[in-house]
Amino acid sequence: MKKFETLSSSVVPLSIENIDTDQIIPARFLKATTREGFGENLFRDWRYNGDNTPKADFVLNDPTYSGKILVAGKNFGCGSSREHAAWAIQDAGFDVVISSFFADIFKGNALNNGLLPIQVSDEFLAAIFAQVAKDPKATLTVNLEEQTVTIEATGAQESFEINPYKKSCLINGYDDIDFVRSQTDLIEEFEKNKVFKFY
Amino acid sequence: MAKTLVEKIWDAHVVKREEGFPDILYIDTHLIHEVTSPQAFDGLRKRGIGLFRPKQTVATADHNVPTLNQHLPIKEELSRYQVDMLTKNCAEFGVELYGLGHPFQGIVHVIGPELGITLPGKTMVCGDSHTSTHGAFGAIAFGIGTSQVEQVFATQCLQQSKPKTMKIEVNGELRKGVGAKDIILYIISKISAAGGTGYFVEFAGSAIRSLSMEARMTVCNMSIEMGARGGLIAPDETTFEYVKGRKFAPAGEEWDKALAYWKTLYSDEDAKFDAVLTYDAADIAPMITYGTNPGMGIGIADHIPATAAQPETEQASYKKALDYMGFADDESLLGKPVDYVFIGSCTNSRIEDLRAVAEFVKGKQKADNVEVWIVPGSKQVEAQAIAEGLDKVFEASGFQLREPGCSACLGMNEDKIPAGKYCVSTSNRNFEGRQGPNARTMLASPLTAAAAAVTGKITDVRELLEA
Repeated sequence: MKKFETLSSSVVPLSIENIDTDQIIPARFLKATTREGFGENLFRDWRYNGDNTPKADFVLNDPTYSGKILVAGKNFGCGSSREHAAWAIQDAGFDVVISSFFADIFKGNALNNGLLPIQVSDEFLAAIFAQVAKDPKATLTVNLEEQTVTIEATGAQESFEINPYKKSCLINGYDDIDFVRSQTDLIEEFEKNKVFKFY
Repeated sequence: MAKTLVEKIWDAHVVKREEGFPDILYIDTHLIHEVTSPQAFDGLRKRGIGLFRPKQTVATADHNVPTLNQHLPIKEELSRYQVDMLTKNCAEFGVELYGLGHPFQGIVHVIGPELGITLPGKTMVCGDSHTSTHGAFGAIAFGIGTSQVEQVFATQCLQQSKPKTMKIEVNGELRKGVGAKDIILYIISKISAAGGTGYFVEFAGSAIRSLSMEARMTVCNMSIEMGARGGLIAPDETTFEYVKGRKFAPAGEEWDKALAYWKTLYSDEDAKFDAVLTYDAADIAPMITYGTNPGMGIGIADHIPATAAQPETEQASYKKALDYMGFADDESLLGKPVDYVFIGSCTNSRIEDLRAVAEFVKGKQKADNVEVWIVPGSKQVEAQAIAEGLDKVFEASGFQLREPGCSACLGMNEDKIPAGKYCVSTSNRNFEGRQGPNARTMLASPLTAAAAAVTGKITDVRELLEA
């Protein structure tokens, strides 16, 4: 997993609530057996018409907006457990998603792939949207070590929470699986002493 | 110290707990399917390792499979490739597969319980959010992403922070025409599609206790639709009765040991939940959704809530949902024409669902304007339905009994609802495009779906039951 430290970037604003994983990547595009290439179908049905022509009014098709940070409304990533949603967002060039609330499974999937989900207050989210409305190139700076996100133009800053273990995984590019595999003795010990051995 | 049921099971599975780290949680059973596993198998290959405990993983093919002519090769190339890849991966890594053509094949959340793989007190995961279904047995069961599938393959463990706990009590008696699906749609409509996020939910109360195992599965299945990690119900005589004698369930002396252990699996009387909600079963009507998330549900005789009544920041998204559905503020759904009826999915495709539909439609005909698909959850459900003659009832009514799979729940296989069409569906998600691009989904119980099938429009099933 690639390491994450700080990021300064303009943003792509998607001011919609309850964006579910079927919008992020519809089920019919989940047939690939590798992790690559999902980005082209990110937000497929919002981004393209039935005849595959781009919908001009969708933010990802609007050259006014660009950047490595996706900013979305409350309860982002609800629905299915498909990790393809995180892969698609990353594959489309995003390193960070900011929302005022994330669905659990999406958040975990994002963290497991080095895509940083940042939960901010409703007020701060509104401030980001307002700044981007004023200046589409408005820059945000994300500092993972300090756990802060800053709107550069106004200096407004908010701290965000992240599990300290996941933080160190992101900063150091650690792999969860290697870590747990290093605990095999403990796992075997657990198996010997299970409460109910039948399982 | 008094513990909740979740805490009891969780604590019995902690391999390692360390301050500042998520727990390392032992996983008893891992269920897999073709969509969320290939990249995880690939990960193992890259690491040059196999499954740590291959016998604790069971596979089936469900999301991509056609529900007609399953004996023929899958027509859609990418679907066929993904299903073939599962077969190849299972053979290479030594995983038991109930694939197409196998008498145990079916939707992963239907076959686990019917085979006795799902048991009280277990920890179970699957790369599928509806894994919460298995919680109906008093198991900790939840959906995971593909990186976690790989972690369970490699270690039989998951790093997980202990969730908060919520108790949702439903007390009293359900009214006529109201069932498990209505209970869960009602709860989600009250607490929203995000109201359970961060929690493991224990469903309790006399109305929950009175439900059959299959009905309990319907309730737990949709826990994720309120954002909860999982939902569960303490095991009781109903649970034990259901499990006993199933293929992989403990038997003989093991059964006695199991029973003794399972009887300790309940939330202690003075256990503390982080949140408690209580509802009265008598307040619940047959439910239906009118929007594009499962929280947008109403009693079938109610009117669509006005956009202006929503919190200001949510009004734009709310309006977008109504526009997508072609509905307006304050409208009643009753009498709205329906194009498709889908009875199936891991929420409602079990034999009791099919029996309820058959009993209702017997002697009635489907409306001309509606296409009706009935998709059993598994080969075993299909066989049982045929043995009971339900297929004949459906056929006489003009309903099509198809072969098992996820079908029109998720628009991934051949069964899709065409753009702009209305489908009353017994599945679990009404997201935009869920059943096919621009398809319009209305979630409801099997009975409400059956009522729409025979009248061709949204109908209050209670009126037909009383007639």
